[in-house]
Amino acid sequence: MAKKYDKLTRNAAGRIVPEEINGEKHIPFKGVGKHKPTGHKYAPPNRSCIDYPDDGDKRQPSLKEALVKSGLKDGMTISTHHHFRNGDVIANQVFDIAAELGVKDLRWFPSASFPCHEPMIDHMENGVINRIEGSMNGPLGRYASEGNMKGTGVLRSHGGRYQAVQDGEVHIDIAVIAAPAADAFGNANGVNGEAACGLLGFALADAQYADRVIVVTDNLVDFPCIPWQINGNLVDFTVEVDKVGIPEKIVSGTTRITKSPDRLRIADLTARFCDAAGIIKDGFSFQSGAGGTSLAVGEFFADMMRKRKIKARFIRAGSNKYPVKMLEEGLADYILDGQTFDLEGVRSMRENPNHVNTSPFTSYNYHGKGNFASMVDVVMLGATEVDVNFNANVVTHSDGYMLHGIGGWQNCLFARTTILPVPLFRDRIPVIRDEVTTLCGPGELIDVIVTERGIAVNPNRKDLIEKVQASGLPLKSIEELKQEAEDICGVPEQPKLEDEIVGVVKWVDGTIIDAIRKVKK
Amino acid sequence: MQDKSYSAGNKGPKVRSDCYVRVIPGDEPLQIHLNSKVDTLYGNHIRTLAEDVAKTFEFTHGVIQIEDTGALDFVLEARLEAALKKATQKDISFLPPFREENIKPSVRERYRFTRLYLPGNSPKLMLNAGVHHPDGLILDLEDAVAPDKKYEARFLVRNALRNLKFYGAERMVRINQVPQGLEDLDFIVPHGVNLILVPKCESHEQIKSVNAKIEELKKSHNIDTPVWLMPIIESALGVIKSYEIATAADNIVAMAIGLEDYTADLGTLRSDEGIESFYGRSQVVNACRAAKIQPIDSVFSNIDDTEALRQNVLRSKQLGFEGMGCIHPRQVPVVKESFAPSDKELEKAKKIYLAFQEAKEQGHGVVALGSKMIDPPVVKRAQRQIDVAVKTGLLSENWNSED
Repeated sequence: MAKKYDKLTRNAAGRIVPEEINGEKHIPFKGVGKHKPTGHKYAPPNRSCIDYPDDGDKRQPSLKEALVKSGLKDGMTISTHHHFRNGDVIANQVFDIAAELGVKDLRWFPSASFPCHEPMIDHMENGVINRIEGSMNGPLGRYASEGNMKGTGVLRSHGGRYQAVQDGEVHIDIAVIAAPAADAFGNANGVNGEAACGLLGFALADAQYADRVIVVTDNLVDFPCIPWQINGNLVDFTVEVDKVGIPEKIVSGTTRITKSPDRLRIADLTARFCDAAGIIKDGFSFQSGAGGTSLAVGEFFADMMRKRKIKARFIRAGSNKYPVKMLEEGLADYILDGQTFDLEGVRSMRENPNHVNTSPFTSYNYHGKGNFASMVDVVMLGATEVDVNFNANVVTHSDGYMLHGIGGWQNCLFARTTILPVPLFRDRIPVIRDEVTTLCGPGELIDVIVTERGIAVNPNRKDLIEKVQASGLPLKSIEELKQEAEDICGVPEQPKLEDEIVGVVKWVDGTIIDAIRKVKK
Repeated sequence: MQDKSYSAGNKGPKVRSDCYVRVIPGDEPLQIHLNSKVDTLYGNHIRTLAEDVAKTFEFTHGVIQIEDTGALDFVLEARLEAALKKATQKDISFLPPFREENIKPSVRERYRFTRLYLPGNSPKLMLNAGVHHPDGLILDLEDAVAPDKKYEARFLVRNALRNLKFYGAERMVRINQVPQGLEDLDFIVPHGVNLILVPKCESHEQIKSVNAKIEELKKSHNIDTPVWLMPIIESALGVIKSYEIATAADNIVAMAIGLEDYTADLGTLRSDEGIESFYGRSQVVNACRAAKIQPIDSVFSNIDDTEALRQNVLRSKQLGFEGMGCIHPRQVPVVKESFAPSDKELEKAKKIYLAFQEAKEQGHGVVALGSKMIDPPVVKRAQRQIDVAVKTGLLSENWNSED
């Protein structure tokens, strides 16, 4: 069996990373905008109508049958998607079936994992799964961080996942796409049905490039399934099941604007900063996440737009009822939506042609002819840590454990202005450090840190500094912010990590930006 | 487990930035059992700290259990001290370092538009309170602390006075009702308190007994900085005696009314419009103005209704109050803005101020605006409104030279 990793080298960010991972060759990070791909994109196998039914009915009696017909065997790469978030029931079933069939050493290639995937730990223990390549959080993150996974984890952004698939860096043997609505031909969408989740964009690369594609649904409709977000012409088999997901866990409905006065202050400062920097003007665009603080920033933007009678050209989202309200109120022309977080978002996407479903291909893919993320005027993102050079971490906590996925975070850093609204410390742990535990985003792409105790602007952004200087906002240097946190919390010790590498973090261009070390128990 | 144990602090699923300490005296040499959310980054530091506090109390045999949810040092120290003091009955203190800025006195005439109440035994709410920039932060030992937590709250409040960052807010403490509140003074007067709120005041004797104890403590601790008082009127008797109370001592800088208790005493319910308390509030304003101290209004308890709060502040301002208590940081900007002068008031104030400057420069004894003479108190009020506007960000500091 291949070594978990080999050939350590220092990359352009000064991080020690392996060049060989799970027996495959990888390129160390060369710097932002330094690595270009060569040659042609990967192509999936060519197929013929001869092998598919003329009546379009590709149904198989069960998921097991479909997997067997797809040739499921040892060492394959199986992909699933996180449209159902913590309400996904299909991914676990796929690996239960693999276990039943005695298949071993699979690579699970999810677009993200959730706490509902805790049963995968058993499949890693019994050898069905060799490793996860995708974000790991909750119990899976803990399991991998403590060095229990047989292979080495590879973490990619949403855009990086698309890039890896289209570049042929990850060859998907079987893609299993769970869909809230589909026809027997394989056309599928996320806007209709019990388990409606909005869109199926994360499965696009898999549909285009996997050897075999299976669509699973609990809502089989007569051909044609309209709209077809997934094109049935890319699908090998369809399967009807009782339930694809648990609706109340798919759209949690709990994403609300924060009530915490501290977080509201951070949001207020963020909005005022954007205003002072001249970003809030007619026709601007923004992206903010579905977290309570980000939503509050959006609401403050909305207030400003109403007062000035201006509107945004587009909002890039993770949408829920708040951006939907802005769209319907006429405060934005379009929502370009990557994933939908509540039923209002789903409804709007179904009914409103200006609420557009996007994919990691359109929004984030770095190996393409441009993407949407770099055209956004301002993006607000989270982070677990930021260092004094504005480098940021989003996957590990300061104690070294993997607890968050990268999501679209790395891809969004390319917006014209990137702001991290973060508390100065969380439960005594300062967010601003001398060095981040894991490097996920290079400081040259991170422009502003907004905390409840002050705002630090990256010294590279002289233009922003000039604009906000006289604004009366509490501007501080990042060193001052770090100093203040340590004055309050005390200087933290270093996390206790071993040399052993348990995972790597990919940059948007497929190079390795950092390695994640095993946590000492 | 039937061993006798002594505890302090809070635990539970919702508790953060706090710790729960349990001290179990025994025969074995000291053991510290730490269960902390931040063990990786601060565990060694916390263990050393616990050993230091134990050493101070000569607690050498037994177990100290700490369940920590990210408490800062001054919180850990307060909890450890409270539990160890109960266990050892030793009259010793373990004081956190004084922040330099927490020794500074406050001035009598400073603005007190907003004072934010913080429950005296809830460290989580204290940590970021100052960043919302209220004029004063009140560490509350009275109604916000459950009777069985009063003992440990005193240590926490004392440590907060010394070590919490107040970000320029006046350091205030609401003590318990006199005479119980007199015992609180030991924990605050030597530790940098700027202003003490004396609740449920009904006579000048209560103020005198508080001041007698303050004087005694100032003397024994060599403190020569002022400790201001703000009596709170919370009963019909208090309202009747409000002038007597307002003039009971020189260090009274403000007087507040507490409407929850007052309306209960009247046998009525508190309404948003406040018709039932009109007399009481107006009486307190009059007593304060007669005594030349600041009249401060009661808190507004519906924290979700910002608009009702704004209306309430405007009524309060109209009655003559110049400050209000806040029970949530989000009330602070609303109260501050509403007490600030309106645009119209401000325009007038600017004109009067400029006319006064001009008269001064030209050596005129009398100030005139157009054909109208301006009396000195009007000039003074204009000056004050401009100060307020600058302070609340309505006017820039150099408004005068801008246009």
